Amino acid sequence: MSTLETAAQSDYLCRVAIDPLSRVEGHGKVTLLVDRDHRIRQARLHIVEFRGFEKFIQGRPYWELPVVVQRLCGICPVSHHLAAAKAVDQLLGIEEIPPTAEKIRRLMHYGQTLQSHAVHFFHLASPDFLFDFDDKVAHRNVVGVMADYPDVARQGVKLRKYGQEVIRFTAGKRVHGTGAIPGGVNKSLTLQERNTLLVDIDLMAQWSRNILKLMKAAYAANPGYFTHFATIRTNYLSLIRADGALDLYHGGLRAKNEQGGIIFDHLDYRRYAQVLREQVKPWSYMKFPFINSLGPDKGWYRVGPLARIDNCDFIATPLAEEERKEFMALGEGEPIHVTLAYHWARMIELLHSIEAIKDLLLDPDIFGDELVAKGEVTPREGIGVIEAPRGTLFHHYRMNEDGLIEKANLIVSTTNNNQAMNESIRQVAERYLDGKELTEPLLNQIEVAVRAYDPCLSCATHALGQMPLHVELVEEESGALVDCLVRDAGGMVRKEAFPLHLGEKG
Amino acid sequence: MIESKLKVATCSLCGCFGCHMSLLDLDERLFDLAEKVEFDRSPLTDLKELGECDIGIIEGGIANVENVHTLLEFRARCKILIAMGACAISGGIPAMRNHYELKDCLEESYTRGIGLVDAQIPNDPEIPLLLDQVHPIHEVVKIDYFLPGCPPSADTIWTFVTQLLAGQPIALPYTQIHYD
Repeated sequence: MSTLETAAQSDYLCRVAIDPLSRVEGHGKVTLLVDRDHRIRQARLHIVEFRGFEKFIQGRPYWELPVVVQRLCGICPVSHHLAAAKAVDQLLGIEEIPPTAEKIRRLMHYGQTLQSHAVHFFHLASPDFLFDFDDKVAHRNVVGVMADYPDVARQGVKLRKYGQEVIRFTAGKRVHGTGAIPGGVNKSLTLQERNTLLVDIDLMAQWSRNILKLMKAAYAANPGYFTHFATIRTNYLSLIRADGALDLYHGGLRAKNEQGGIIFDHLDYRRYAQVLREQVKPWSYMKFPFINSLGPDKGWYRVGPLARIDNCDFIATPLAEEERKEFMALGEGEPIHVTLAYHWARMIELLHSIEAIKDLLLDPDIFGDELVAKGEVTPREGIGVIEAPRGTLFHHYRMNEDGLIEKANLIVSTTNNNQAMNESIRQVAERYLDGKELTEPLLNQIEVAVRAYDPCLSCATHALGQMPLHVELVEEESGALVDCLVRDAGGMVRKEAFPLHLGEKG
Repeated sequence: MIESKLKVATCSLCGCFGCHMSLLDLDERLFDLAEKVEFDRSPLTDLKELGECDIGIIEGGIANVENVHTLLEFRARCKILIAMGACAISGGIPAMRNHYELKDCLEESYTRGIGLVDAQIPNDPEIPLLLDQVHPIHEVVKIDYFLPGCPPSADTIWTFVTQLLAGQPIALPYTQIHYD
């Protein structure tokens, strides 16, 4: 763990805040403590919102879970919808749901992965690749991409739209659908819906391969930067199919260490509480999970696209498998630890999702009419785990004899990456900011590091108080303002004349 | 005379971001929208400070002190302020915590949770003060329009925006205010 988590002594340090983080889903902020020589002494990513789902879900009937708990997050509601549905199946003692139900749920989930990966790359992160670091702040967004790269933007919009339509056909609506119910789903696909989706599927695959080309070209143009920026060596956690294939919907838990050695494998996810712990730190509402056997200092890990590609033995769809091999060759036998490669891995999964959707669309089971398995209400626990777009998502509930929820424990995907995101911003702070006078392009690099993880801060707590970026260098003892940077409405960073009054310390 | 674009700012307070996703569900219509409006501060841009705007769109209710400050700032700088979605209008699902003591909610997550180490309620000064209840935004400032739904569909948003920009009275067809 980096020594920048907590400054050794906080005298004479100045607070710098990046608040709110932008072009990420939800709200978070980063604070830096800097000394007089511009040396970074502390760097932290804070999640500052709290919602209390684990409490207010108590006393609610089990069948509400898939529709209520998905309101944690409007970006990946399907993941919460399905993780909750999988847990509810267990609450009712249902071991297996009908093949049609499982395939419709999978279709919904791959549609979700497609739309979520597309929205993150095209609508939020693509300016980090397409424009320079010191690009004008007002231009560095999706509207700028629409103006300068209309083809890329249009393909991004349509890829996301395609994923959203898969969700609409399977869940009833695009955001906060109702398709998954206890024991199965409430509709299968009609032939007409299937045919509508099949029309563009090959075009989607082609576009997603184009994006991978763009990604590889960006890497080849600047391999030194790409390889080292925000990169940290970590453990990895994900679900894995019984045969070692990438599986986003179901599997056992696999954890690898930084050399690629197995920590645990094919572990029944209902035993997650035996292998994972969560540390609470006073400065963030987001907890810090770690692998129990390794302890909090060495046991933290990464989840999400990079972890899944690192962890799996192969991908079961041919085009994505080809891309995976090319990607993994860079690691020379070790896992890929490159943080910016999250984007690359995400686009491999985008392609895989499209291939998986096509396979499912051609499977006659999706037209079936056996949709639900029956269960019974009796006191039980249910644990639903799924690979959400951002990583492994855990829903754990206990139900009483009346079918009401008594206890809930949720570990959302982004929470798993909490320590890793903190370590990455510390690496960037140390390597690129340390000793320099802080400017907007430098601070933007911190955000580029966070953005690579595609954090969903909505899930991890959520939305936010948006304040102007206001960087103050304050003398610790006297509280006197020694330097002040402000990002104004036009997004320009300027030095503010020192006010006469004493500055307020952070 | 060149017609200048209307300035639009958006933000998500105590919401799930789903209303913003519904805005992106405009799909190809986003290109048409970009012809008519310019985005100011929004989670979609890197502008962190709010400028003077014609239209402000708020997702989510009010759960902490920062939410209140942000909302007041939006009201002060936006000529027209819109409550988008169930949480902004009524507090929504997050307001389910209003039935419990705040302390009880925090303890459930941070001291009574499963597999916790260093169990404690986060209390750093960097974390904004929570309000004891989640409130709809019209309890804090005057709201000009309420756009219902969880989330409002992209078609609802498009009807609304088109009518607003054309200076017409807002009239949503039944199909666009019909829910799950």
